[in-house]
Amino acid sequence: MKSYVNRTVMLLFAGMLLASCNNKTEAEGGTPSVIADTTATPTQETADLKPAGEPIPLKVYTKDGVSVKAYDFNKLEYFLKQKNDTTYVVNFWATWCVPCVEELPHFEELNAKYKKDKIKVMLVSLDMFKMVESKLLPFIKEKQLKSDVVYLRDPDQNTWLPKVDSTWSGALPATLIYNKDMRKFYEKQFTYAELEKEVSNFK
Amino acid sequence: MKTIKIFGAVMLVTFLAAFTTKPAEGYKVGDVATDFSLKNVDNKKVSLKDIKDAKGYIVVFTCNHCPYAQAYEDRIVALDKKYKKLGYPVVAINPNNPEKQKEDSFAKMQEKAKAKKFTFPYLFDEGQKIYPQYGATKTPHVYILQKTAKGNVVKYIGAIDDNYEDAAAVKTKYVENAVDALVKGKEVTVKETKAIGCSIKA
Repeated sequence: MKSYVNRTVMLLFAGMLLASCNNKTEAEGGTPSVIADTTATPTQETADLKPAGEPIPLKVYTKDGVSVKAYDFNKLEYFLKQKNDTTYVVNFWATWCVPCVEELPHFEELNAKYKKDKIKVMLVSLDMFKMVESKLLPFIKEKQLKSDVVYLRDPDQNTWLPKVDSTWSGALPATLIYNKDMRKFYEKQFTYAELEKEVSNFK
Repeated sequence: MKTIKIFGAVMLVTFLAAFTTKPAEGYKVGDVATDFSLKNVDNKKVSLKDIKDAKGYIVVFTCNHCPYAQAYEDRIVALDKKYKKLGYPVVAINPNNPEKQKEDSFAKMQEKAKAKKFTFPYLFDEGQKIYPQYGATKTPHVYILQKTAKGNVVKYIGAIDDNYEDAAAVKTKYVENAVDALVKGKEVTVKETKAIGCSIKA
C-alpha cells in the first residue's frame, strides 16, 4: 500500500514537472508537439513505475480531489491497442454533448458490474481545452465517475480521427470496443441493454 | 402454401429493412447537391440559386449551442468576407431540432446572427430535411459547392481547418485552400477531412 502511495505521488510529481515544461513550450511557440521529445525518454526511475509502455501524460489536471490525465493522440493510442485478456470499452464524449452525458451512466454501470470479468471502461473527454478545469473536473466530481477518465488534447483531428476508426465522421458520442481478437466502432448513442449486448459479443 | 409463407416473410423482412436502415449516407465529392429554400434569420427564404454573382458556395452546417461551432464563428465570418467577393459566399444552415436543443431555436439563431454580426445567411433547416440529403452528421460540417452546367457540384467535405482550439495555431486551412483552388480553376487537392463536432439533433 505504501509503495502504491509513493508511486502515485512520484507519478503526480513527474506529471507536474512535465506539465510545467509543456506550458512553457506552448507559451513560447504554440507547438505542443515538441513536448513529445522531452517525454519520450523518461528516466529509468520513472519508467519503472508504470507497466511497460504506458504513456506519461502531457499534464495531470487536479481540482478538489479529482484528477484527470491529458494525452495527445500518440500517447492515447496506447490505450486503444492493448493486447491482453481484458476487453476495453473506450467512449469518446464531452460534458457539453447531451447524448454523451445521457449514456454515461450506462458505461458506469457496465464498468461496475463487469469489473471482475475483465471488462474495463475508459472515458475519453473531448471537452474544449478551456473547459478542463471549469467543466470537466467539476463534472467528474459531481457525477462521482468511477471509470477512468482521460482528456484528449489534440487539435489536429483530421490526423488522428481515422486512426480510431476510418468510418468515424467526428460526431460524438462514439465508442470503441476491443480486445486482443476483436475490434468494433460505434458512432451512436447507447442504451444500457445495447451496450451490454455488444460487450457480450467480445467473449 | 409453405412457399407463399416464406415469400411473405422475406417480403416483410425486406419491407422492414427498407424503413429501419439508416438513410442514405449523403453526398460524396463529385455529387450534385440539392438546392433548398430555407428561412433566413431575417424571415426571408433563401435558395442557392437566388444568390447573385455566385460561382459556388461554402455551405456550413453549424448551430448556436455547440462549443466547436462557437469556436469557429469568427472564422466563418472571415471566410465569408474573404470569399464572397471572389464568388464563394458562406451559407450557414442550423440543422438541429430546437425541440431537442433549445439553444438552437430560430429566435436564438436571430440573436446569434446579430451578436456575432453574421455577414451571411443563417438558415433554419425546418423539419430537419436538408442536412440528411447532404449527409452532414455534426456541427460544424462544411460542404463547398461549385456552380456548373449540371448543377452545384460538391468539391470538398469536412472541417474548416486543423485547429479548432486556436485560430492562430492553424497549420492547414482546408476550406481556404479548397476555395483558392476553385477560384484559380484548379482541382481541390484535399477533398475530405474529419473533425470532432456535435452530433446533429433531429
